[in-house]
This record gives sequence, structure tokens and C-alpha cells, in this order.
Amino acid sequence: MSLFAAQELAVRFGGIKAVDSVSFEVRQGEVFAIIGPNGAGKTTIFNLISRIYNPTSGRLMFDGQDITTVPPYRIAGLGIARTFQNIELFSNASVLQNLLIGRHCHARASVGSQLLFLPSTRRAEVSHREKVEDVIAFLELERYRDTLIANLPYGVRKIVELGRALCIEPKLLLLDEPSSGLNVEETEVMGFWIEDIKKDLGITVIMVEHDMSLVSMVSDRVMALNYGRVLAMGTPAEVQGNPDVIRAYIGGEA
Amino acid sequence: MRYLFKTRYQQDLALMRHGGDRMSYGLLLVVLLLIPAVLGEFYVGELGAVFIFAITGVALMLLIGYTGLVSLGHAAFLGIGAYTNAVLLEKGVPFVITLPASGATAALAGIAIGIPTLRMSGLYLAIATLAFGSIVGTVFQKWTAVTGGFDGFAVPTPTIFGFPIEGATGVYYLSLAVLLFVLWISVNLLRSPIGRAMVAIRDSEVSAQSMGINLSLYKTIAFAVSAGMTGLSGALFAHYVRFLAPDSFDILLSIQFVTIVFVGGLGSLHGAIFGALFVRLLPQAIAIVRDYLPSAIGRMPGLEPSIFGLILVLCILFEPAGIYGRWQKVKLYFNSFPMYRRTSFRRQRAYARSERLR
Ligand SMILES: Nc1ncnc2c1ncn2[C@@H]1O[C@H](COP(=O)(O)OP(=O)(O)OP(=O)(O)O)[C@@H](O)[C@H]1O
Ligand SMILES: [Mg+2]
Repeated sequence: MSLFAAQELAVRFGGIKAVDSVSFEVRQGEVFAIIGPNGAGKTTIFNLISRIYNPTSGRLMFDGQDITTVPPYRIAGLGIARTFQNIELFSNASVLQNLLIGRHCHARASVGSQLLFLPSTRRAEVSHREKVEDVIAFLELERYRDTLIANLPYGVRKIVELGRALCIEPKLLLLDEPSSGLNVEETEVMGFWIEDIKKDLGITVIMVEHDMSLVSMVSDRVMALNYGRVLAMGTPAEVQGNPDVIRAYIGGEA
Repeated sequence: MRYLFKTRYQQDLALMRHGGDRMSYGLLLVVLLLIPAVLGEFYVGELGAVFIFAITGVALMLLIGYTGLVSLGHAAFLGIGAYTNAVLLEKGVPFVITLPASGATAALAGIAIGIPTLRMSGLYLAIATLAFGSIVGTVFQKWTAVTGGFDGFAVPTPTIFGFPIEGATGVYYLSLAVLLFVLWISVNLLRSPIGRAMVAIRDSEVSAQSMGINLSLYKTIAFAVSAGMTGLSGALFAHYVRFLAPDSFDILLSIQFVTIVFVGGLGSLHGAIFGALFVRLLPQAIAIVRDYLPSAIGRMPGLEPSIFGLILVLCILFEPAGIYGRWQKVKLYFNSFPMYRRTSFRRQRAYARSERLR
């Protein structure tokens, strides 16, 4: 069954067709990778799904619902979480606070009860904290709990951003280049986290990634893009062997 | 050094982190309660004014320091609170109603200005609030039927359940009580989802949005809360000055408020208090020093605003963490003597949103 579908999705910025009539379906429980050379339109697809950009045409379907016109701040509440290519954490806040912000879409307390910090708000805060602690334990972030993001090494920030997305308790997780900026070992660790997220938490993942070893390690299916168009779709081996894909990466005109 | 061993999540939600905190804050409160019995009328009045400025400082800290929205129009909210309070008292409404009404009117004004302007960020928002401030100032001058215009407005003495709040001592205790209330509300806010949403908006709007935070809603809430608190402070200000003149709520006052936030230290409620103390004491210091300066400088018009501006700029350049940041460094130095390392406070970028001109 497909959890997410993009139908004939297109967006243009001025004259550039950044994404051009892209269709794909993501099945419940799989890891779906999007690959392609720089500027292929991968991040733009994520920004379309997060509703930061409006598509010029096409539709987005999630969990049986048309989300093409849903406002961006409702996306998390529907169960779609994401990370960013260049880490967008709240850098003057602690790891704990960052993860708690991930719980925002589950917060129900009224403004008044927050201003007075009524017992209901206090109870809700404790239960959010319990959920956050589950994520901290899952990703082994215990010793960084009270550290400011600005003081963390890059690799740890990537894990924190992943954790913040998990705090949303999403059905669909969008990871934009989870391995960028990481060394070989850290990339492998990231691969294990992604496998755990799929197997233990049962979360469906769409991942933009350049590192083919990571793609082969974790993904079930791969879509290759170039100049905003789909070049190939299939298992990692099929796509890597596709002559169009090879040509796109070597740099010839597709 | 003190190590805290936490065993319950509730401990992170507590107002005071440990017994030492309870001791020092308790002691401070006792001292503050005793001050009017010890010090003379003038000093009590000045401290009352510090409290009033501290309330606005806290309000503006929530907006600038925690949400990253710069306002150069907060004197207008102060004025709205002051006039609402004075006009309603004049009409015979009891003070227990006029005080919250001043906060509510200012909060409504905050929402009214917030909705059209909060799409803007950085400098554009600063300029929009500046314009709002001067429009409100003009309204105070021209709407003579209500405000009395340049004839001014004598503020009636408030009574609470029959007891008149009179003189410097009355204003002192009243302002202290309102300051404590405002601090309590602020701490509540900061440990709740709204406060975290504010910090999220300050640090990264895109990512706040993907966390499910409705940017315009939370910016409006931050603006309303900040304006409302400033309105309360305005009501007290009316009693401090006792006579309202429409031109006292001008841009210079707004800049003093912004100075409180930057000098005190962005992103800290303690900073707002230190900042208010500084901003209220500086004019006194200038007045004293003035007599010893060569008259070309000492009698120069605009000496005070220039010094304010200079200090604001120096603070932003050299001590973004403000007085409170400096205090924490000194405290850490003594706590960890002789193992203090300069890098314990590696300099971090200050996060006034106006810096990020995109
Ligand atoms: N907001 C925007 N305005 C104008 N052009 C844009 C915008 N966002 C993306 N583009 C253009 O769309 C194209 C695709 O960009 P995108 O960021 O999706 O590439 P990408 O596949 O993620 O590349 P990379 O591997 O470098 O991250 C690029 O040509 C980019 O310049
Ligand atoms: Mg990209």
C-alpha cells in the first residue's frame, strides 16, 4: 500500500523547471532514496512535500489525503517530519529543548493554562519529556542532553536533528543528505540508525543521498533525478546500472 | 562547584533549581520589602521606577531576546497603558479593574499592530514599529478630548479595596508586586510550548514551521503578551510620574527600553532586570558627572541620548551576552577557581533577528 504519492509534480522558479512532472509512490514501511547530481531538484521535492514551496502543478497525496494545499505548519501534525541538508537546529537552545520543540505538534494546552502553568500543563510537559527521553535513549544522546547546540560537534548535531524529527512521532520521515559532512564511520552509524528507524519504529523514510554505499545499505528502492526529471526508478542495483544514470553522473547531456 | 543530581523530570520544571536559589531569592525579597523603611523618599521612588522599567524590560526581552522580533515602538504600548489607566480612574473605575484593563488594551493594540507587520522581519519590522510608535504619539497629542493633549493629564490616586496607594512607597510596593507577577508569567511561558515555539522562531523560522509551529500565530502571541505586560508597566508609570504629557512616550523612551534588553543580555530574564537598573541609574550618573565636565561637553544638548546610543553600540559589539553574561562569567570564575578557562564561554553569535538581513 502506498503511504505517499507525488503525481505529476512540477515547480518552476522563473525560467528554471526545478522539478518537472515527477511522479512516484512510497510504500508503507520502505526506505525510498532519491539520488541525482547537484541541482537535480532533490531538496526542492522535499520543500514541496513540506509545503514550503507551492507546486506549479501536480498533487501530493499522503495517507489517503490530498495535502497539496495544506499550510506548512500543519504538515508535522499530519505525521511528516524532516531534516535539512544544512542542519536547521535551534542553535541557542539545548539538545533537550530542541527535542521538546519536536513535540510541539502534540501540544494541546491553551494559552491561558500555559501562562499560569496550570497542573494540566505541568502533566503534559512531563509526558512530553518522557517521550523525548525515549528518543534520547534510542539515539544514545544522554550525555549531550543539556548541551547547547552551538557547542556540539557536527556529527552529533546531525543525530540531534534526526532525534528532533523522531519526537514528532512521524509516519513519514524525510532525510535530506543524512551523511553529508560525516566521515566514513559516522556515515555507517547513520546507516544503522536509519535501519533501526525502519525496523524498530516502523517509520517510512524518504532519503536524499549522494553516498551510494549508504543508499545500497539501507534503501529498498531508488529514484534517480536529473534536471528535475525522473531518469530511473528501481532497486539500488538496477538504478546504479542504468546507462542514463551513469551518463548523468559522468556529466554528459542526458 | 555545585553538582545537581536530578531524579525526576519535575525538577527541570521547578521555578528554583536548588535550595541555594531559594535562599538567595528569598533574602533578596526580604531586603526589597524592607527598603522603604530604611531609605529616603527619593531612593524609594527611583527604585520603584527601576521596577517599572524592569517590567517593560522583561516584556521586551520576551519579544527581542526570546522571539527575535525587534520593536522600536514599545513606548507607545507604555503610553496606551498609562492613558487607559488614568482615563478610566478619572471616570471612577476602581484600580483593580483599570490595571488589568491597561494591560488588555495594550495587548489588543499589540495584536492590531502585530497582524499586519509580523510578516516582516529584521529591520523592516523595526521600522514598522517605529512608525507605529510615532502614530500613537501623535494620537496622544491630538485626541485632546480624552488625553488632554499638551495640557497634560493629572493621574488620580489609585485605591485598592479602600486603601490609597500614595507616594513613592505605595508605587514602590505596587510595582514590585506587578514585577513579580510578570516574572512568574514569563517563567511559566518559557517552560511551556509557547516559550519553546518563540525560541524556535528566533533561531530558525523554516525549521520552526516544519515542527508544526504556526509562525504568524506565535509571533502574534509573543507581541500581544509583550505589549500587555508593557501596558501594565504603563499603568504604574502613570502613577510614578503623576502627570501624563503626550510627548513623554517618544522614540527616545523606546530606545531606552531596547537598551535595557541589549545591555542586560539577550535571552535572559535576569538580564532584563540588570538592564533596567543600569538604564535608570545611568541618567543619575550622567547628572552627577556633568558638573565635573568641561561645560562645552557637560552642557551639550543631547548628551544623554548620545551616551545611551554609544553604550548600546558598544554592548552589541563587545558583550553580546550583556551584564548578565558578564556576571555569570565572574561567578563561574570564582566557583571554579583556579581552573577557569576563557573558552568556557566561547563567544556565540548574538541573535537579534535584525542582523540577519536576508
Ligand atoms: N527558492 C528558489 N528560487 C530559485 N531557484 C531555486 C530555488 N530553490 C531551488 N532552486 C533551483 O532549483 C534547482 C534544484 O535545486 P535543489 O536544491 O532541489 O537541488 P538538489 O538536487 O537538492 O542539489 P544538491 O545536491 O546540491 O543539494 C537548482 O537549479 C536551484 O538553483
Ligand atoms: Mg539538496
